[in-house]
Amino acid sequence: MPDQLLYAIEAGLNGLMAGVLYALVALGFVLIFKASGIFNYAQGVLALFAALTLVGFQNGQIPFAHLLNAIFGTDLHEFGWHLPAIVAIVLAGGVMVLLAIVIERYVLKHLVNQAPIILFMATIGMAYFLEGLGDIMWGADIKKLDVGLPQGINETIDSVTYNAFGYGFFIDNLDIVASVVAAALVISLTIFSQYSKQGRALRAVADDHQAALSVGISLRFIWVLVWSIAGFVALVAGIMWGSKSGVQFSLSLIALKALPVLMLGGFTSIPGAIVGGLIIGMGEKLFEFFVGPMIGGATENWFAYVLALLFLVFRPQGLFGEKIIERV
Amino acid sequence: MFYREAGDFKTSYADDSQTFPIRFDRLRYYAVIAVAFGIVPFVINDYWANAVFVPFLIYAIAALGLNILTGYCGQVSLGTGGFMAVGAYACYKLMTAFPEVSILIHVLLAGGVTAVVGVLFGLPSLRIKGFYLAVATLAAQFFLVWLFNKVPWFYNYSASGQISAPERTILGQAVTGANTTASAKYLFCLIILFALAWLARNLTRGTVGRKWMAIRDMDIAAEIIGVNPLTTKLSAFAISSFYIGVAGALFFAVYLGAAEVGEAFGIQKSFLILFMIIIGGLGSIFGSFAGAAFMVLLPVLLKNVLVGQLGWATDLAAHVELMIVGALIVIFLIAEPHGMAQLWRLAKEKLRLWPFPH
Amino acid sequence: MNQMNPEGYTTADGRKIGPVLMEMKNITLRFGGVKAITDISFDIREGEIRAIIGPNGAGKSSMLNVISGFYVPQEGEVWFKGYKRGPMKPYQVARLGIARTFQNIALFDGMSVLDNIMTGRLTLMNSGLMAQAMWWGTAEKEETAHREKVEKIIDFLEIQAIRKTPVGRLPYGLKKRVELARALAAEPKLLLLDEPMAGMNVEEKEDMCRFILDVNDEFGTTIALIEHDMGVVMDLSDRVVVMDYGKKIGDGTPDEVRNNPDVINAYLGVSHD
Repeated sequence: MPDQLLYAIEAGLNGLMAGVLYALVALGFVLIFKASGIFNYAQGVLALFAALTLVGFQNGQIPFAHLLNAIFGTDLHEFGWHLPAIVAIVLAGGVMVLLAIVIERYVLKHLVNQAPIILFMATIGMAYFLEGLGDIMWGADIKKLDVGLPQGINETIDSVTYNAFGYGFFIDNLDIVASVVAAALVISLTIFSQYSKQGRALRAVADDHQAALSVGISLRFIWVLVWSIAGFVALVAGIMWGSKSGVQFSLSLIALKALPVLMLGGFTSIPGAIVGGLIIGMGEKLFEFFVGPMIGGATENWFAYVLALLFLVFRPQGLFGEKIIERV
Repeated sequence: MFYREAGDFKTSYADDSQTFPIRFDRLRYYAVIAVAFGIVPFVINDYWANAVFVPFLIYAIAALGLNILTGYCGQVSLGTGGFMAVGAYACYKLMTAFPEVSILIHVLLAGGVTAVVGVLFGLPSLRIKGFYLAVATLAAQFFLVWLFNKVPWFYNYSASGQISAPERTILGQAVTGANTTASAKYLFCLIILFALAWLARNLTRGTVGRKWMAIRDMDIAAEIIGVNPLTTKLSAFAISSFYIGVAGALFFAVYLGAAEVGEAFGIQKSFLILFMIIIGGLGSIFGSFAGAAFMVLLPVLLKNVLVGQLGWATDLAAHVELMIVGALIVIFLIAEPHGMAQLWRLAKEKLRLWPFPH
Repeated sequence: MNQMNPEGYTTADGRKIGPVLMEMKNITLRFGGVKAITDISFDIREGEIRAIIGPNGAGKSSMLNVISGFYVPQEGEVWFKGYKRGPMKPYQVARLGIARTFQNIALFDGMSVLDNIMTGRLTLMNSGLMAQAMWWGTAEKEETAHREKVEKIIDFLEIQAIRKTPVGRLPYGLKKRVELARALAAEPKLLLLDEPMAGMNVEEKEDMCRFILDVNDEFGTTIALIEHDMGVVMDLSDRVVVMDYGKKIGDGTPDEVRNNPDVINAYLGVSHD
């Protein structure tokens, strides 16, 4: 096989792996959108916040240390312990549930029946708040996240492809783990929403708030539940992204990429989020590979958005979204 | 007691539809203009011009522009930063290509160029709505910033990749470049803002404004009563982008002097302007001013208090600011979706009756 | 009766009914595989009050949407003022002189009553963008002229007191009236009313009936309406179309329709075989 083609395949495969991560963030969006009709811009920051919290717990950081030091003139930094990864993950998950309760209680409850665009802007405000909160709690420096996931080149794939084509593909172990985790998450969420009692209630709420209320489903409980799940998904996404490129603010921007993924896949479709993520991930890597060098590179910054924009003009409901029939 | 509308009768429909129907409001408005044009230019210094007044005037123009699109026509845009960049780079190219032409013409032409780009990115609004459109405007934001970063023609192949404004004068007074006085910057921006605000008020109170609001409130019904959604939405995009382009041009040429696109016109700028109109008041001219003033003053205030008085680190103060801004957005959306403009209206209602509560 | 006279006739109560204004020819409308309207033809004559009735889901609202250009039928022709109407956008239809109200009120909630009614005149206003930006001169003059017309309608519908109230704050009955005012402001040739009396109490219904008759009488506006209240329909309308399951099952004067066996079946629920 010609080298150029091999490089392209490698880029495409890596794109697929990145796409899995996009899909993971997009999944959080879809869950919240389905259950509450809220387009949660803060999902990316949620992932950042989760990852920051996880690292903070792991390293035994004292929350709000900077703030306390500034106010009281103390010199606090760390508790001095180091938690095992699994304990820290459970604790961070707990924080995300707590956050879901707080968000429901102080924000969502007061915004019921508002126009979707108002809710959307409220989540932008939430994103700012959480970003500030995360930085104040744990500090804004770039942190290394290591929960013991395998990292680095996958030797097996490298050697197999080298023997077959004379060129070893570079595939990161972390990406493979991420794909497996994402697949497991999607399957378990699908099972949950299709077969469990809460899942059925969740779908009922998604369909019609008032009808769901009238048959005795607690809207507030469902919202806390779904934001908790979204928080958990954000935690998983935060672990994957954080292990890959460190925990820092840009993590929430990478998560913004989930938006075009959603536009492509349709806001209400879990399979759509997955397929959209894969298309975007692979598309931007291949575009950068083939077209990037001709026009100055760094096309990953906008490719996803422009692709989604062009796509939407021709199919406004996305790949898997339901066709919109307008009524008066 | 002081604030009365009783006895202020209107005898014609034209009188009834004027901007400040209450005499007291009208007088206060004239007083504000007199101070802004007659007093401030003579007392302003560099600190106040650069920290407060000039950014306020420029952001007010941008906020007016976004408010036309989002507040009046209901099309949420997250591409404001990108469109400001278009204005800035258009102004830069014009300034350097035609040095003999007046800077005022350049600024207005920059607005025109931005209007064309805005219409181009506004075209999808005919097919996609709501937050789908909001996300689509992110495409404009990221693409435009990338474009100005990667294509050297836009920054005249300068080694730093930056653009910097050469000195240009109006009536012998420098308004751009290093030698500009504080009052020249201030007056130049003030005059443009004043003219644009007046135009915006006229547009929003007449037929065009009603078409925009009809599309905002119920687009399907609007179309059935005879509003052409194509021309209406695109006119909102064009006019809004014109304002934002002018703001971008001034931001670069008058305020910054030199700019790097990612830093000056990144996505944070889009959000900043959006926050201004949410806090100030969606669909309100006054709200655009109030929001711009608020978002300019808040960081100055916080910096003075937290860093200056309490001696906190600047990054900590910046994070506190993020939290406050975010919380304020949520609070305003919950408690008063019409922003400070509505609070102002309520205060006036109360004043009208004061000191007799009933 | 002389209703077949193509040039028009005079009703028993002395109103002039003119020639055919709008004619629907063999309209069929499908959503995917579902047929909402099957091969329906009827006409509306100038100056008449034409009712469309039928059980829920009969396709009445879809029919109105076809007339106002919101839905485009897959088959059939729409003739208006003697011309076949080509494929048109709803706003173009509005400019032909067809105005309407909606079943679930579709007012602009963020605007005042006055502004809402002024939007009804959009099709009649034509000062350009530049003129409006400058305001003084043409735009102001036009605004004032149209304001006068709108004030007449406000007087006519007795809503002077709420002119500057934001529409969102109004009670249901008044909203319906404002919506009628907005439609009237367009000075339409043909006025379409989609359940103008749904959800109203008896007094509100009486008011609305009076307004509809007055509009027809004073402005000579042709009216096509959908209504469930049979008493109202039989009193108001000159001719009635009856629909059921997307098909036309009756057409004629209220008396003719009342005695039509198909119509009786549809309303009394005789089984379809």
